[in-house]
Amino acid sequence: MKIVFEQTKGLTDIPMRYCPGCGHGVVHRLVAECYEELGVQENTIGVAPVGCSVFADEYLNIDMIQGAHGRGPAIATGIKRNLPDKLAFSYQGDGDLASIGAAETLHAAARSENITIIFINNAIYGMTGGQMAPTTLLGMRSTTSPAGRTVAANGYPIRVCELLAALDGPVYLERTTVDKPAGVVKTRKAIKRAFQYQLEGRGFTLVEILSQCPTDWGMTPLQSLERVRNEMTPYFPLGIYKEPEDDKKARPKKDAVKKES
Amino acid sequence: MSERILMKGNEALAEGAVRAGCRFFAGYPITPQNEIPEYMSWRLPETGGTFLQAESEVSAINMLFGAAAVGRRVMTSSSSPGISLKQEGISYCASAELPIFYANIVRGGPGLGNIAPSQGDYFQSTRGGGHGDYRVFVMAPKSVDEMANFPRICYDIAFKYRIPAMVLADGILGQMMEPVTFDFDPVEADSLSIPDWALRGSKPEERRVVKSFDLRPGKMEEWNYRLEKKYDEIKAEEVRYEAINTDGADLILTGYGTSARICETAMAQGRKEGLKIGYIRPITLWPFPTRIFRDLAGKIGKFLVVEMSLGQYVEDVQLSINGRSEIYLHKRPAGGIPTGEEVLEVAKKVLSGDKSKFYV
Repeated sequence: MKIVFEQTKGLTDIPMRYCPGCGHGVVHRLVAECYEELGVQENTIGVAPVGCSVFADEYLNIDMIQGAHGRGPAIATGIKRNLPDKLAFSYQGDGDLASIGAAETLHAAARSENITIIFINNAIYGMTGGQMAPTTLLGMRSTTSPAGRTVAANGYPIRVCELLAALDGPVYLERTTVDKPAGVVKTRKAIKRAFQYQLEGRGFTLVEILSQCPTDWGMTPLQSLERVRNEMTPYFPLGIYKEPEDDKKARPKKDAVKKES
Repeated sequence: MSERILMKGNEALAEGAVRAGCRFFAGYPITPQNEIPEYMSWRLPETGGTFLQAESEVSAINMLFGAAAVGRRVMTSSSSPGISLKQEGISYCASAELPIFYANIVRGGPGLGNIAPSQGDYFQSTRGGGHGDYRVFVMAPKSVDEMANFPRICYDIAFKYRIPAMVLADGILGQMMEPVTFDFDPVEADSLSIPDWALRGSKPEERRVVKSFDLRPGKMEEWNYRLEKKYDEIKAEEVRYEAINTDGADLILTGYGTSARICETAMAQGRKEGLKIGYIRPITLWPFPTRIFRDLAGKIGKFLVVEMSLGQYVEDVQLSINGRSEIYLHKRPAGGIPTGEEVLEVAKKVLSGDKSKFYV
């Protein structure tokens, strides 16, 4: 019989403990499929963060290290500088990457460190129970902004891709979603492209994935997908924010960066 | 073995680490340790190693966390406030059992303090320093020659027991120049075997995980007992100290690092004058040489502790002596540096029955 579909060997058999409707499981699978497809599973080292995906080391079927909150880019730097031929990536959430680890993110990008960051932006601190994140939208309720985030009290959410795009260091920055099959396919393509650039030694790559957190948003999974589409993507426009010039020319126009109106 | 050369303390420490196989350094500028990263910035590339000036001390220690996890001999250095920032990462290394080597060239504190020599970080160094139940191996050199040779011992211990190991020095030891002889052959870093726990990429069935936590009920308690077993072994096997003229002494002078050097001067002058003064100097601050103090407690009436801090080192002496001899304390914090004459004068007072420096 002809095999038309197989589960990736990039994941372990351990059942994931993420909440129903959460985006982490989908992204884990995409990351795993990408290093498997590129034939580098046995030459990949992943960095797990602090946050919901602190358990990523149990699910990703590769050599893994779990590090301190926000320090993934520094840890991946330490790995990559000593093992330049390996694929090194850091998997991080929004609190981890854009709040406590903002300096590490910015400087790894500025150094054009030849690592990849998989950045899950769900606008909330999930593991600790739904506190306000650096990417929490204005008006959005959290356990530490119970009446909704306000500019007066909390300032504005941080747009990571736009911020990093201002630097010379990054080679490839793209923002995607996993709210529908087309987004999942695009995310997969983006992760694979980032890994490929790293394997070619081009420099810093980051894929920001807008994701849903039904549990801490206090929504059903379907409602949470609607929020990603209707509230998150207008503030965090999808698209490519940085890519190598030669690839930019070769790419069809429809993938161009969407500018916020 | 090598020839005798004149070197500055910080540079001797850096060169000692390179000769001991260090091939990765990440650090951040802070006085009085800047000569270490400056030296490493040209010396490591010569050996095929990597020097990185990190964006912060926090980032530097986490670069080490990653680099140590792939099995490299790694180093960072800083001075007091910078070491405070590194403590979380050091705690992670201790829990994940990653061997790292680092140096604290102590300055005056608390807060930003000053850039003068001090021994105010004794507690921070010997009690773990960061959060959780852990210890690090701590060596206290008293000369530039020891600055040059202690990194090799630290790497040996760090890899043997998979723990962080450090050199605790101060601005005097970092900044002064003295003759140095490296007492070991340079380690060929590329010929060192890669530890079996190191992350190198692997087949799924052989994959390795480096982590510092276990949330399953009871498992972290087991984890801590496993670390404790190792610490007990280090306490039994790895204590180092110097003890001179202790037989029949009326008074023992004791201090570590720069203070030990000053105690030696005071002892030498005192003995010239016919006073029966001995001297004990811990070389490892953790594990602490408890036994030598315990053996002499009750036999020698008086111990005079000299430290460049407000009574930190004295607590370990007190715990070892446990009330069986009198302990006196001469202390100078945050840039106060006692002289040999000053210490000898205090010693004479103590011997004559003066209680003004009585501690316990």
